[in-house]
Formats: sequence, C-alpha cells, structure tokens
Amino acid sequence: MKPAPFDYHAPRTLEAAIALLARFELEGVEARVLAGGQSLMPMLAMRVARPQVLVDLGKVEGLDYIRADGDALLIGAMTTKTAAAESALVAAQQPLFHAATRLVGHRQIRNRGSVGGSFAHADPASEYPAVALVQDLQFRARGPSGERWIPAAQFFVSYMTTRLDPAEILAEVRLPPLPPGTGWAIQEFARRSGDLALAGIAATLRRERGQCTDVRICAFGVNATAVRLPAAEQALLGRPADGEHFSRAAAIAGESLEEPMSCIHASADYRRQLVRVLTGRCLEEAATRAA
Amino acid sequence: MTTRQRTTITVNGTRYEREVEPRLSLADFLRHELHLGGTHVGCEHGVCGVCTVLIDGCSARSCLTLAVQADGAEVTTVEGLRDRESGRLHPIQQAFIDAHGLQCGFCTPGFLMTTLELLRDNPEPSDDEIREALGGNLCRCTGYQSIVESVRLAASRLRG
Repeated sequence: MKPAPFDYHAPRTLEAAIALLARFELEGVEARVLAGGQSLMPMLAMRVARPQVLVDLGKVEGLDYIRADGDALLIGAMTTKTAAAESALVAAQQPLFHAATRLVGHRQIRNRGSVGGSFAHADPASEYPAVALVQDLQFRARGPSGERWIPAAQFFVSYMTTRLDPAEILAEVRLPPLPPGTGWAIQEFARRSGDLALAGIAATLRRERGQCTDVRICAFGVNATAVRLPAAEQALLGRPADGEHFSRAAAIAGESLEEPMSCIHASADYRRQLVRVLTGRCLEEAATRAA
Repeated sequence: MTTRQRTTITVNGTRYEREVEPRLSLADFLRHELHLGGTHVGCEHGVCGVCTVLIDGCSARSCLTLAVQADGAEVTTVEGLRDRESGRLHPIQQAFIDAHGLQCGFCTPGFLMTTLELLRDNPEPSDDEIREALGGNLCRCTGYQSIVESVRLAASRLRG
C-alpha cells in the first residue's frame, strides 16, 4: 500500500503548472495534477494510478476563493470542501451544491479535498458531477493556448475521464443560480455515512399551477458517469406534483437506467432499486421546497 | 529514479527539515523520519481514520497527504496533546480513559485528534454531531458507544 515512485513539482503559478504539463505531454511523460489528493492518493497507494510525475497545485496562488458573479457563484478549483460547506454565500445562493458538499466524505476528507479536484477526478459515485448536470455548471479550463469554458453536459466523458486535455487544468467552476421557485434535493445511499454512494439522486423541479415544470433528475454511482434520466423527467412534465406521479416517475427512473454497475457491494438490480426509491424521495423533498 | 525533496514541517511546535522521497506519506514521515509512533497507520487509503492529525489546525488523514505537500505546514499529532509542562494528559485523553473509550487502543490516536477539532469548533456538540464527526474513524473493539460517551465527557470537562 505504498505508491510507486514518482517525481514531484510544486509550481507557484498556474502558468508554470500548465507549462510543466505541456512539457511532460511533449516528452511522453505521464503526469497527473495533484489537488487535495483525497481521491488520487488512494489510487496511488493501491497503484491503480502510477504516474511518473505529480504536479501539485497546493502552492499555486489564487485558486482558493468563493465569490459572487452577478447572481452566479464562482469557486476557485483549490477551494476546500470545508470552505464551501462553511461559506454563507454558498449556503444562501447554492443550496443544492451546499447540500452535496456536506455529503462528500468525512470532515477529514473535506478539509483537504478540493472542489475542483472532485469535478476533474469525475468519480462516477461522486455527488458533484450530478449537481453539475442538474444545474448546468460551467468549467473554466486553462491550458497552453489560453482558456475555455466547458459546459457540464460536455465535461464528463466516461469513468474518471473528462474533456480536459492532458496539459489543461480546471481553474474555476461557475455555478448559475437555481431559477426562482426551484425545489431541489440530493439523497444517496452508502453503507457508512460519508463513504462513496452505492447510488444517489440529485433532482430539481418547479411548480406552476400545481404542475411540474423544468424537472431534472440525475443519478450518480450507477453508470460510468453521472446520468440525467430524461424518460423520468419527461413523465413528470406538465403533470401534477403529487405522490402518484412521483412514484410513476421513480419507477421509470429505475427502469430507464442503462446497464447499472454491478459489484460486490451492490448488484445492478439493487442499484436500480436504490435509484427508484431515491428518485421518489428526492421528488417529494424537492416539491416541498418548490414555490 | 525520483528526486528527493527538501521538506520542512513543524510538528508539535518543533521544526524538522528532511530530504524525502515524494511518495512518502505524511504518516510515514512522522513515524519513520521523526520516530513519532503515536500516529498509527491502518488502511493506508483513507478509510479507517486512525492516522488523523491536524494540518494547520484542520483534521486530515496523514496517509492521504504526502510529506512534500505538508512542506511549510504546522502539524499536530497525538504526541502534542499532553501538557508539555505538567506532563498531564489532555482532558480528551483523560476522558477516553475514564469513560472506557478504548480497548486495544490502536484507533485511539485518530479518535483523539478528530475529537480535538470537533470540540474546538463546537464545544457543546449533540450526540448526533458527535457521531457525525466520528463517522470517518473506525474502531473494531468498542462498538462506539463508549467513544461517544468519552467525547461527551471531554466536552463537559473542557467547558468547565
């Protein structure tokens, strides 16, 4: 359980970090970006990941901030989850992201783990990508040729794989506001509170004259990436926000999953069942918050 | 071959400078470079919490932090709990003894450091808050009830 040897760089600026990554890419050296390390370190210890070089962002200035941008929120990639969880701004403006943050790991993990790291790591069981897909988060990537914004719908490619190029670094996350009157919920099931979820749901909806509009349901922990569940969302649009219709949408959510993961901790059928139950609970909870 | 890195870490108030391999965890740095064996190593991949220390005042799993990442940081380990002048145990340590918060003791350093942060930030935690805070630490002996009671006892003694 010791990592294989690697070289280590701790640049002071983002430009220097990008230059290092660009050089290693050119030289064919496998480099990984180290943020908080709370996901990467276990992978190094188990030698699932064996990079030749780590480029640590820990000493890079100016990546640790939470600030308002109009009614949106900008969060620097190296902001810790504890900082996000304790931020009054996050709690007031981004209740879904705030609730998701409190579900990530344990206090010891949130103290070190970064906001940007979780998005860039793209663990399928992570809460953050589901929030990103439900709320259309945007990701600011900085690379050798400048910067670009990547929308959430394009950011997550596959299992622990994002649209980021090898020499690109996720610098900032932009969280647009939830539209007024939006109800939200995030629930997950894990064997031990704080452990990675076997399955989870993030959902938002609005109500107009008692009917559901703008329904968004996203499952995590069941496929290679977090997945929106359009069939279940469609089933609720324009329908009454009541238990009967929530149950029906929840049943569709479970059935519509494409080949859920199966492992020693949870079979595919069990994950389907979790998605069904959690979708129902999330819709009920979101509806109580919807104006 | 990898390049060793000069790393300076202040542990329990003493500054240490060492040349280390980048892959060395902070836990192994404490144990093997500084011979501070109080920080135990269990799962080595961030599950059990036994290696919990404070880094710049925040609890962290020292197996999930590289020693080179802690360069320039102030680390507090279980060895730093005891009162240096009187030699007396920290009230949290004494509470764990008095309320039977340990049997074999292997997990105890992690629980103590986790409790230190909890009671600093929240001097009067509810039972739910105590259980939530201890959720990242595993104990295979006690069944947790007496650990929760130890934390409660420590909290009441620290409040005076």
